[in-house]
Amino acid sequence: MADNVWIIGAAMTKFGRYPDKDVVDLASDAALDAMADADAGIHDMNVMAVGSQFEMFTLGQQIQKQIGQTGIPVYNVSNACATGASAVRTVIMAIKAGEADMGLAIGAEQMGKAGLLGNAGKQRDKKNVFEPSGRYGGVMPVEGVLGTGIMPGVFAQAGMEYAAEHDGVGFEQFAKIAEKNHMHSSLNPLAQYQKVFSLDEIMNAPMQAYPNTLLMCCPTGDGAAAVVLVSESKLKTLDPDVRKRAVKVSASVMTSDPWVESGQVQPDVNTLTRMAADQAYEQSGVDPQDLDLVELHDCFATAELVHYDNLRLCEPGGAGAFIDSGGPMRDGKIPVNVSGGLISKGHPIGATGAANIYEVATHLRGEAGDRQVEGAKVGMTHVIGLGSACSVHILEKQAV
Amino acid sequence: MGQQVPIVDYLVLDDGAPHLVAHQCESCGALYFDRRNACAKCGKTSFGTKALSDHGTVRSYTIVHRAAPNIAVPYVSAIVGLDGGGVVKTNIVNVDPDPDHVQLNMPVRMTTFVAGMDDDGTEAVAFGFEPEESA
Ligand SMILES: [Zn+2]
Repeated sequence: MADNVWIIGAAMTKFGRYPDKDVVDLASDAALDAMADADAGIHDMNVMAVGSQFEMFTLGQQIQKQIGQTGIPVYNVSNACATGASAVRTVIMAIKAGEADMGLAIGAEQMGKAGLLGNAGKQRDKKNVFEPSGRYGGVMPVEGVLGTGIMPGVFAQAGMEYAAEHDGVGFEQFAKIAEKNHMHSSLNPLAQYQKVFSLDEIMNAPMQAYPNTLLMCCPTGDGAAAVVLVSESKLKTLDPDVRKRAVKVSASVMTSDPWVESGQVQPDVNTLTRMAADQAYEQSGVDPQDLDLVELHDCFATAELVHYDNLRLCEPGGAGAFIDSGGPMRDGKIPVNVSGGLISKGHPIGATGAANIYEVATHLRGEAGDRQVEGAKVGMTHVIGLGSACSVHILEKQAV
Repeated sequence: MGQQVPIVDYLVLDDGAPHLVAHQCESCGALYFDRRNACAKCGKTSFGTKALSDHGTVRSYTIVHRAAPNIAVPYVSAIVGLDGGGVVKTNIVNVDPDPDHVQLNMPVRMTTFVAGMDDDGTEAVAFGFEPEESA
């Protein structure tokens, strides 16, 4: 039986725009803060994993040159929006395998103001002659001609598919989710935006891809988060002040998307999320009703709604009623995205999956300040990267 | 007067009425618009072809208002389940692009239109789906 894994340090930079820093600075800031939080140093780490979607070239080794080169193995991981969680899980697997007893996981991203709409199509110098190419034998770009593959529309379609299959879900339910997350973010000093918006303002904001308006879409941004993990046997040897604040990783799961009929034209964000949640509940013995808070992947308001159902936070088919009844509000039945979520806390892609582990761990330690969910003992994190990769973690406050 | 070519190779223009065709796994029947090295559902490697229906229903849609500058907005993107099997991503055409006119679960049928022209005057023909009620 593999050893349990615990979190003893966690940190994140405020998400936002850092034109004067590079991604190595951001990652180093988060890493040094997480190790200080753990009352540990780089010489205590036996393994390191670093996640970034855009900085692909040995980012981990670049960070080591700023925080300490000790010769330990470092894994550079990339898994779309599940990248940060993949870094955390890489360290967890190394500890569970018995190859390390303490490790550092970092997720970091610098996106700048890069738009996500894709290329406008380059002006060609040479003659344009239609010639089939690629696996679909295409002769010209098909975006906007054969539907959309750009994120706001893809996730709008994911939400509208749920609306087609279940009553009580429409534009207003999706907008209420954004209203909630913007409101939550007003209590989070680490959020990229901390501004409250009315439902009217959200519904009347510029439409991106119906039903997602601009205020229902996550922004681009920069930031980093880091987590220090230990084996349970190592934890027992550490200072009582470290043990007291330790948070148990009760489940750590990663899934990819299994084949479904529609998967070749529209990413299926549901099946792999359901698989991951079910495995996490089974691993931990936790029941959905035990959860005191959830940080889930609300890249768009339409995404958050379907995950209420996928993560079993509501009755089957009842995601619309769940938001209408205030269930995911910070004072509701199961508070969801009390950080402000990706919609308002921000979504520096590689950082996100580590940052929501920071968020839940901070609540379980009772250290979340104004946004603290009182008495939180059990929490869940969820991220999904299109392609697709899904990671779910269940964390618990327990004595060791 | 130039010729016409399909925008993608799963649109067939030169064999009767325009229609979509898919690679079909000979073992499990799974359908793919692109060529596959092996079947993502069952792992087998033999494929045939299957002509798909030009009628279906809207399983989901979005109305895209913001896109790269060379794409005309707003337009309706949809996921259409085809009668008799297969699911396709498409624009919904010949409909006002607003939620009052595009309906979930609405029956639609395939149509074609010219989507572009190259420097030799060859036209790229695309497919779209339109509401059954229109025209
Ligand atoms: Zn097959």
